[in-house]
Amino acid sequence: MTLLNRKHTTLETAIAGIPDGASIMVGGFGSPGTPFALLDELLAQGQKHLTLIKNDANEPDIGIGRLIRAGRVDRLITSHIGLNRVAIEEMNRGRLAVEIHPQGLLAEKIRCAGAGHYGFLTDIGLDTEIAAARREIECDGQRWAIEPAIHADFALVHADLADAYGNLVYRGTAINFNPLMAMAADRVIAQAFRVEAPGHLAPETIQTPCAFVSQVVRVDETTSEQGRRTHVV
Amino acid sequence: MSSDQERMLARAAREVVPGQIVNLGIGLPTRLFDYLTPEMEVLVHSENGVLGCQPLAPGGEPDLEMIDSGGAYIDTRPGASVFDSALSFAMIRRRRVDVTFMGAFEVDQQGNLANWKIPGKFSPGIGGAMELAQKVDKLVVLCSHNDKHGNPKILKHCRLPLTAPRCVSRIITEKAVMQVTDAGLEVMDIAEGLDVATLRAATEAELIIDEPRLGRF
Repeated sequence: MTLLNRKHTTLETAIAGIPDGASIMVGGFGSPGTPFALLDELLAQGQKHLTLIKNDANEPDIGIGRLIRAGRVDRLITSHIGLNRVAIEEMNRGRLAVEIHPQGLLAEKIRCAGAGHYGFLTDIGLDTEIAAARREIECDGQRWAIEPAIHADFALVHADLADAYGNLVYRGTAINFNPLMAMAADRVIAQAFRVEAPGHLAPETIQTPCAFVSQVVRVDETTSEQGRRTHVV
Repeated sequence: MSSDQERMLARAAREVVPGQIVNLGIGLPTRLFDYLTPEMEVLVHSENGVLGCQPLAPGGEPDLEMIDSGGAYIDTRPGASVFDSALSFAMIRRRRVDVTFMGAFEVDQQGNLANWKIPGKFSPGIGGAMELAQKVDKLVVLCSHNDKHGNPKILKHCRLPLTAPRCVSRIITEKAVMQVTDAGLEVMDIAEGLDVATLRAATEAELIIDEPRLGRF
């Protein structure tokens, strides 16, 4: 983990640490909470053969949609890609491996990794098509499916506010998967509209403590996609 | 919006009790917002992480970080909260959402629901539908009675992959309001001007109909 006083860095430096073939969690539900600036830098730097874990596939021309369109993603772990026709085409042509999970199970698998557990037991999806891929056990007279946690090498998250140590505060429905992913990856890169000096954020307002965050980058609200988007999801 | 849909929505709103927590699926169910008045003090849950959302006022400036799970910009009403995705689904699995409204490709007389996948044609992923279907005590399906080719959607047995087995409480179509019971599918209300024989002909499922007690909507 990066030392506290070395976390505040530039977009280029933060993303340059990601190698080809990395598995990367990406925050966001549709546009809110998607770390557009980090993703655009990843596109610019050229890393390939990526595995992405994101709730959805954004839209074709924004966020991870750009990486998919550029052929840089081998595999996507997600819950719904209905608003990205390019991702659906790539999946149907066999060029993008897509692994679908019910949204709440995806969130819980990520939460579980962040909590340091192997996985959890659930009754969601018993006797449906998704059951075929899972192991089941019996506990206390009931059937349960085993859902292993999902880890990643990296997480790219979007926060509203941060401090230089990497404490994070989210806003509105941009929270979604961000605080979960910020605990579930080996290295966590956060972008925020403001990066304050330590002490500026009230301790009880912090949603992700800095211990989980490796690097923090300030992004410009007025020029980043967050500020320009007129439509979402 | 067609008058059929308006009739369905007005009927659907009667399934909500003031003070409840409600989830509205994508499509027609979202239009139920117009029928849930502030006096009802209903909080609408959206699985992307908000409890107490409401449509943006016409002409209102959208907050780019406030959407519902269908992607529409939203506002919040008094008493609202926002939270992460794991908590949002914990709320569902812990049965804290009282009622959910969803569309359907197929529903059957056992209360099985298929609304996420048509193998070979449509498989964008399941989103939050599986957990909502399995864990919300009252699931009301809002759908057309027949598909665009006129084939029945209310079946004896679903043929498509299930969203969840035995999860549906009620079905509201433009033709009828049906209740899933242990004995089968019981018709509560029939559309104004429609006769029972026509309803049966448009339905594959076996319908339990007690004509003297039939309501109109």
